[in-house]
Amino acid sequence: MNRSPYITNAPTVSIIMLKVLLALIPGIFAYVWIYGGGILVTLSLATITALVSEAALLKLRQRPIRPYLLDLSAVVTAWLLALALPPLAPWWLVVVGTFFAIVIAKQLYGGLGYNPFNPAMVGYAVLLISFPIIMTKWPAPLVLAQTKLGFMDQLQFIFSNTLPATVKIDAVTSATPLDYLKTQLMLKHEVHGITQAPIFGIWGAKGGEFVTAAYLLGGLYLLQQRIISWHLPTAFLGALAAMSLVFYAVNPAHFANPLFHLMSGASMLCAFFIITDPISGPTTPRGKLYFAAGVGILTYLIRVYGGYPDGVAFAVLLMNMCVPLIDAHTQPRVFGHSKN
Amino acid sequence: MNSIIQFAGKLLRGQAADTDAVHKFHGGVHPDGQKQQSTTAPIKKLAIPETLVLPLRQHVGYIPKIKVQVGERVLKGQMLAEAEGTLSAAIHAPTSGTVAAIGEAVIPHPSGLPDMCITLTPDGLDEWTALHPVDWRNTDKKTLVANLRSSGIVGLGGATFPTHIKVRADGRTGIHTLVINAAECEPYITCDDMLMRERADEIVKGMEIVKFLLGAENCIVGIEDNKPEATAAMAEACKVLPGTSVKVVPTLYPSGDARRLIHLVLGMEIPHDKRSTDVGVQVFNVATVLAIYRYFVYGEPAVDRIVTITGSVNSPQNFEVLFGTPLQSLIDAAGGIKSGTTHFIMGGPMMGFDLPTIDVPITKAANCIIAATPDLFAPPPPAMPCIRCARCADACPVNLQPQELYWFSKSDNFEKARDYNLFDCIECGCCTYVCPSNIPLVQYYRYAKSEIIAADKAKEAADLARERNEFRLARIEREKMERAQKHAERAAAGKAENTKTADAAKSDHIKTDPVKTESAEAAKAAAAAETPTAAANADDAKKAAIAAAIERAKALKAASQTAETQKNAASTGTDTGATDSSQPAQAAQTQAIEQTGADQPKEDQAQAEQAKKDKQALIAAAIERAKAQKLAAAQAGIAPKNVDDASPAVKAEISEIDAIREKARQAAKAQDPEAE
Repeated sequence: MNRSPYITNAPTVSIIMLKVLLALIPGIFAYVWIYGGGILVTLSLATITALVSEAALLKLRQRPIRPYLLDLSAVVTAWLLALALPPLAPWWLVVVGTFFAIVIAKQLYGGLGYNPFNPAMVGYAVLLISFPIIMTKWPAPLVLAQTKLGFMDQLQFIFSNTLPATVKIDAVTSATPLDYLKTQLMLKHEVHGITQAPIFGIWGAKGGEFVTAAYLLGGLYLLQQRIISWHLPTAFLGALAAMSLVFYAVNPAHFANPLFHLMSGASMLCAFFIITDPISGPTTPRGKLYFAAGVGILTYLIRVYGGYPDGVAFAVLLMNMCVPLIDAHTQPRVFGHSKN
Repeated sequence: MNSIIQFAGKLLRGQAADTDAVHKFHGGVHPDGQKQQSTTAPIKKLAIPETLVLPLRQHVGYIPKIKVQVGERVLKGQMLAEAEGTLSAAIHAPTSGTVAAIGEAVIPHPSGLPDMCITLTPDGLDEWTALHPVDWRNTDKKTLVANLRSSGIVGLGGATFPTHIKVRADGRTGIHTLVINAAECEPYITCDDMLMRERADEIVKGMEIVKFLLGAENCIVGIEDNKPEATAAMAEACKVLPGTSVKVVPTLYPSGDARRLIHLVLGMEIPHDKRSTDVGVQVFNVATVLAIYRYFVYGEPAVDRIVTITGSVNSPQNFEVLFGTPLQSLIDAAGGIKSGTTHFIMGGPMMGFDLPTIDVPITKAANCIIAATPDLFAPPPPAMPCIRCARCADACPVNLQPQELYWFSKSDNFEKARDYNLFDCIECGCCTYVCPSNIPLVQYYRYAKSEIIAADKAKEAADLARERNEFRLARIEREKMERAQKHAERAAAGKAENTKTADAAKSDHIKTDPVKTESAEAAKAAAAAETPTAAANADDAKKAAIAAAIERAKALKAASQTAETQKNAASTGTDTGATDSSQPAQAAQTQAIEQTGADQPKEDQAQAEQAKKDKQALIAAAIERAKAQKLAAAQAGIAPKNVDDASPAVKAEISEIDAIREKARQAAKAQDPEAE
């Protein structure tokens, strides 16, 4: 029988996912340095929840468990969600979000390869809508916190929501720069004055900008390894920068500069790790450009005009909906065919 | 981005306007060449084996007609089977010997099914038959091409397309460039490489002949850059032939695909629905060109080829092998198989196939035999779901979207697969080669293609059957009407005979020509009207009534000729389809005639006469109305909706209806002055 080709040379799905996890390591290091070791607990919780719920659902769906757990896609979803959550999120928040991402957004749609929406972003959006206060309460970076929490203190906070008797909750939390900027602008302050606040760093959030830079580093590794294509991050960051540049040029007093938008919030995580999810994204090169630019524009609009400080999750989910349309209308010209 | 970098690089090196530039195609992969093993030793001639098994099906096209009988002694180069039809190739005796058997044997084909073969027992003398070299420079091209038809030469690159068809163009289609395919892009295969290294001069002489046959001005040899020795040899040999150049293309599978190679060396993209000859380019494999040279200059038909035997054998090498040689002889010559060999692959690892058994002969298609082990070609791990990473789309040399084609093929959504240009897929295997989920993509495409082809055939057959049935139903209906009409006419004629009027002759005439009902209608109407009584006064009254009826009919006709009526008639015509367009008129007519028949018994009764006159006038009017409608339809020039799609049978039926319409028009014309 004809079963050629007999030779293949491709990284397996597991290898691809493993490289994505590897690329996240610099970001996690920066995270631990800036916000403390609590994130490791969150990551572990999310990973365990993801693997357990994935295994349970595979069993229910009568699919082989081992190959699907070893493809590591559930772990990638868990890590991305964990990194998007506030660093000291209570344990149940992590569990609920991950469970929702894996069970509802992934397995109930048919598992690996069949989910139309980015599972991590579905989990994030569900938590953001259901628990808005917890989701927007970020701990201050260690460099800014009046009282520094040790790892054990963070652990205690995650699992029992209690702090050492001497520490008040306000001493360890603060608004994120995106959030702060938004509320201050509503109070008719000007951008220049607002960014003088201590929570602002050189480019973005004080401390947070280093995590963002570390994500960029990991993203460049993925590009070099050809795990992701250049189209997505370029178009996303380009669109975000272009949008903010236009607004900034018109009224610098009311709109933050492009660099701030690129280095704040989930911009870099989104550019290299979230919109690059192949399953829920488009497949054609031109489609990738449209998709990522759409996410960039929506992210900016939600940040500036929406009800939430950061707009990445909703922007991604909205654009996920457009993927079949984008794919259908961006088919490249086939060899020997005319333009249309 | 890659293309931008390349372009920038070219600009820096000042090559942007370089006409010698290689035009890269999209995608492609870089599998490990594995060519060095079989290129260490020169080509060796394989000894004549004990038996030769020659399948009749060694090429694309019709199987040739056997010309020999069992027990017959044949000489080397003697034709054993002759090309039948245009797309076919002859089979010759590879050596002298006796025809031992003609029957089924296993052939090297993916199906593993046996096929008709001629078995030859060599006598070891290797005695040539009388050969007829041709002075090709001074011979008519048509004669040369006709000669080539009995050469048995087919495309030796693996496609096995009969060569005489490829040169048939003989300059008429304006072939300007001959491309020699020496890319040999598949891993492991080295037969063309070795042939060029050792016999470049003869290849170039063959190129000269093919160039002459095609009337081409230019000739470009495309070689991948992993064959420096062959490139050097060919470049040296090409010096003697003006208008010839060697172009080195990057090693990138599948550069040996004809359309990809043309793009590489000429920058031309052959439209998907055209052949390369449509744009003036023809492609030949190096080995084929050499075979053509040997045929014209020495008169030797195709009896052997170069075969690479490699993989898990002790001494991989290229051999010159007689067609029909058992694979086992070739393996023995290559030092036998290494332990762990599980099966044999014919062709390369990207597009080849598993041989069903070791007991198969070497055929014209056999460019390479690879002894396979699980180490060399590991069975792929179980397929995972597609993660839409689009690596396949990046690798596809045709720029298809393999992940979409896979999705459509898997869900049996064949129409969509066709829309996404499934039939442009060349099954090169690049998509499978790069798939992280180990999905056997090409398998899905082969499946979808075969399903679509089968469905198309079934649909064609069903359409034909449906058309036949429709035609049959229409014919039955028409015959029924004709019978009814004939019946009525006969009855009318009988009456006429009884009364012995001169009109009887007319009735007889109608009877003898029942098919021409329309043209006879005038006479019939007259006969029907005149039959009841012979009395002249009654006749006059009747004629007056008829005249009145005709006047009414004319008025109706005039009305029917208005645009609105025509439109209505048109819609009736198109809605009911080709065969039904004249039915309403005919039905009305038939009804009228039937009424005439039914009324016959009463006719002798005097008191019924007046009523009958009225009735007959009505009948005449009905006939007129029917005619008027039909005329309106005919004059409106209504063509049934699907004429272009209809089969010849339906078309014939339509033209028949048109003829009837024309007759009706003439009859109406003839009748009009009569009525006035």
